[in-house]
Amino acid sequence: MLRLLSVRLLQAALVMLAVTAIAFVMFRFVGDPVASMVREGATQAEKDALRLALGLDKPILTQFFDFVGQVLTGNLGTSFRYQQPVVNLLLSRLPATLELVIVATFLALAIGIPLGVLCALKPNSFLSRLTQATTLVGISMPTFVTGLLLILVFAVNLRWLPSSGRGDLVDLGLWKTGFLTLSGLKSLILPSITLALFQLTLIMRLVRSEMIDVLSSDYIRFAFARGLPRAYIYGRLALRNALMPVVTVTGLQIGQLVAFAIVTETVFQWPGMGLLFTNAVGYPDVPVLAAYLLFVGFLFVMINMVVDILYTFIDPRLRTR
Amino acid sequence: MATQSLMRRLPPVSVMIAGLVLAIMLVLVVFAPLIAPMDPRDVSSYSLIDMEIPPAFMDGGDPRFLLGTDNQGRDLVSVILFGLRISVVIGLGAVLFAAALGVVLGLIAGFFGGLVDGIVMRIADVLVSFPTILVALLISGIARAQLSAETMLTWAPLVLIFSIAVNEWVQYARTVRASTMVEVARDYVRAAKVIGLPPGRIMGRHILPNVMSSVMVIATINLAGAILTEATLSFLGAGMPPTYPSLGTLIRIGNQFLFSGLWWIAVMPAAVLVILVLAVNVIGDYLRDRFNPKLMAR
Repeated sequence: MLRLLSVRLLQAALVMLAVTAIAFVMFRFVGDPVASMVREGATQAEKDALRLALGLDKPILTQFFDFVGQVLTGNLGTSFRYQQPVVNLLLSRLPATLELVIVATFLALAIGIPLGVLCALKPNSFLSRLTQATTLVGISMPTFVTGLLLILVFAVNLRWLPSSGRGDLVDLGLWKTGFLTLSGLKSLILPSITLALFQLTLIMRLVRSEMIDVLSSDYIRFAFARGLPRAYIYGRLALRNALMPVVTVTGLQIGQLVAFAIVTETVFQWPGMGLLFTNAVGYPDVPVLAAYLLFVGFLFVMINMVVDILYTFIDPRLRTR
Repeated sequence: MATQSLMRRLPPVSVMIAGLVLAIMLVLVVFAPLIAPMDPRDVSSYSLIDMEIPPAFMDGGDPRFLLGTDNQGRDLVSVILFGLRISVVIGLGAVLFAAALGVVLGLIAGFFGGLVDGIVMRIADVLVSFPTILVALLISGIARAQLSAETMLTWAPLVLIFSIAVNEWVQYARTVRASTMVEVARDYVRAAKVIGLPPGRIMGRHILPNVMSSVMVIATINLAGAILTEATLSFLGAGMPPTYPSLGTLIRIGNQFLFSGLWWIAVMPAAVLVILVLAVNVIGDYLRDRFNPKLMAR
C-alpha cells in the first residue's frame, strides 16, 4: 500500500515537472519577454536593464531552477497585458469560474439522473424517445452555438435575462459572489445551462445504460420476487448501484468541464479564468497562458491521483498489484 | 425472405438520410466556386447597397439572396459554401494527420514493446488528460506569439490541423497498439520475422491491413469532433482569420450583430455546422455499432 502510494506520488511529481518545463519554455522562448514588457519606443539601454532585471542573461538551467523556485513560492510572473502578478489575476477570477462550474454540475446531475432513470425504466414512452433524440442533437451542437441561441432567444428577443457579465456582486472579502443578488443569480442562468448541457447528455446516457445493466441483475429480480415495493427497488436498490460509475465519471470529467468553461465564459463574457485564458491567447499574453497551463496541469494531476488512490481503497483487488 | 435479408443489410433510414446530407455537402464543398452565386473574396462581386438583407423567406428578403446578406452585402449562401469548404478541409486534414501519427506510433509501440512502448504510451497518457480545446488554444497562443500577423494568416490552417491532431492521435495509437500486440503473436507475423523481413515491412504490409478497419471507424467518429474543435477555436478567435473564414469564424463575425437583430448572419452558418456534425455523428455511431462493438464505450 505504502509502495503503491509512493510510486503514484513519484509519477505525479514527474508529470508536474514535465508541465513546469513546458511552461518554462513558453515563458522564456515564446515571443520576446522584453519586447512585450517595455514601453513603446524604449531605448536599447532600457531594454538591457529590463533583460538583466528579469535574469534573462543567466545560464538556461539556472533560469529553469529559478523558475521552479518561483512557481513553488507562488510567483507566476507578471501579465504582459495587465501588468499585474498573474497569481493575483487568476485568484481574482477563480470565484466566478467556481460558481459557474458548481451551479452547472448541480443542474446536470439534478436533471440528468432522473432523465436517465426514466429512459431506462420506460424506454418506449414519449418523453424517453424525445430525450434520446435530443441528446444526439445535443452532442452535435457545439457549446458556443447553444450559448448563442440562448442569448438570441432569452436576452435579445425576450429580454428576460442578461447576456453577459456576472451582474451585481457581493464582496465577502476574499470572495466576490453573485449568489446573493437578484441580478447576480439572473446572470448565472444562461451560462450555467449552457455549461450543464454537455455534462447532462453524458450523465443521462451513463445512468440509462447502468440502470439497464443493474435492473437485469439477479438481486433486483430477487427483490421483485420478494414483492418489495417498486419505488424501493428502483430508488434504493437499483439507482444506488447505478450511480457508482456516475460519481467516478463526473470526477474525471472535470478536465472536460475546464475546457467547456473556457468556451462558455467567452460566449457570455463571464469574467472567470476561462475568459482570461482566451483573451490571453489572442493578445498573446504568454505568462498568463503558462500559468494557466500550470494551474490546470496541477488540477488534473491531483484529480487523477486522488481517483487512483480512492480506487485502491474501494477495490481491494488493486492493492496487490 | 429475400427482401427481408436485404432490408436487414440496409442501414436504418436516419443513417441513409445522414449519408445523403453528407454527400450533398461534399458535392457543394468540392464545387463551391461553380455553385456559389458570387465569390466572397472578390470585392467587385458584392456591394454595400445589398448589406444586411434578411433571408429570402422573410419580410424584406431578396430572392437573389436565399439566406440573406452580411454587414458588407455579401451573399450568405456563397460565404457559407466557402466557409464550409475550409471547415471540412481542416477537419479532414486534422483527422488524417492524427490517424497517420497515431497509426505509426501505435504500430511501433505494439511491435517493439518494452521501453519504446513505455515512452510513447506515457506521453499519450499525459496528453490525453488535457482536453483538446485547451491544448489547441495553447498552441494557437504560442504560434501567435512566435509568428508575425502576416505569417499567421497563411499558416493558420496548418497550425489548426496540427493543434487539433496533437491530442487526437492518442486514440488511434492506443487502438492500433492493442491490435498490433495481438497480431505480433500470430503465426504469420512470426513467419515473416523468421524469413528475415525488415520490421518496417512487417508493420506496413502485414500488420497494418489487419488493424485498419478500427482506424477507419475511429476516424469517422473523430471527424465530427475535429470539425467541432476547429469551429470552436475559430469562434474563440484562435482559428481561421476573417479573410479566410471557416464556419466558426463566420459565427464569430455574426455574433457581433446578434444584438442589432441581424440574427441570420450568425445562425445560418451555425445551422450548417450543426447539420454537418449531426450527419457525421449519425454515420459514425452506425459504423461503430456495426463494425466494432468493442468501441462502444468511448
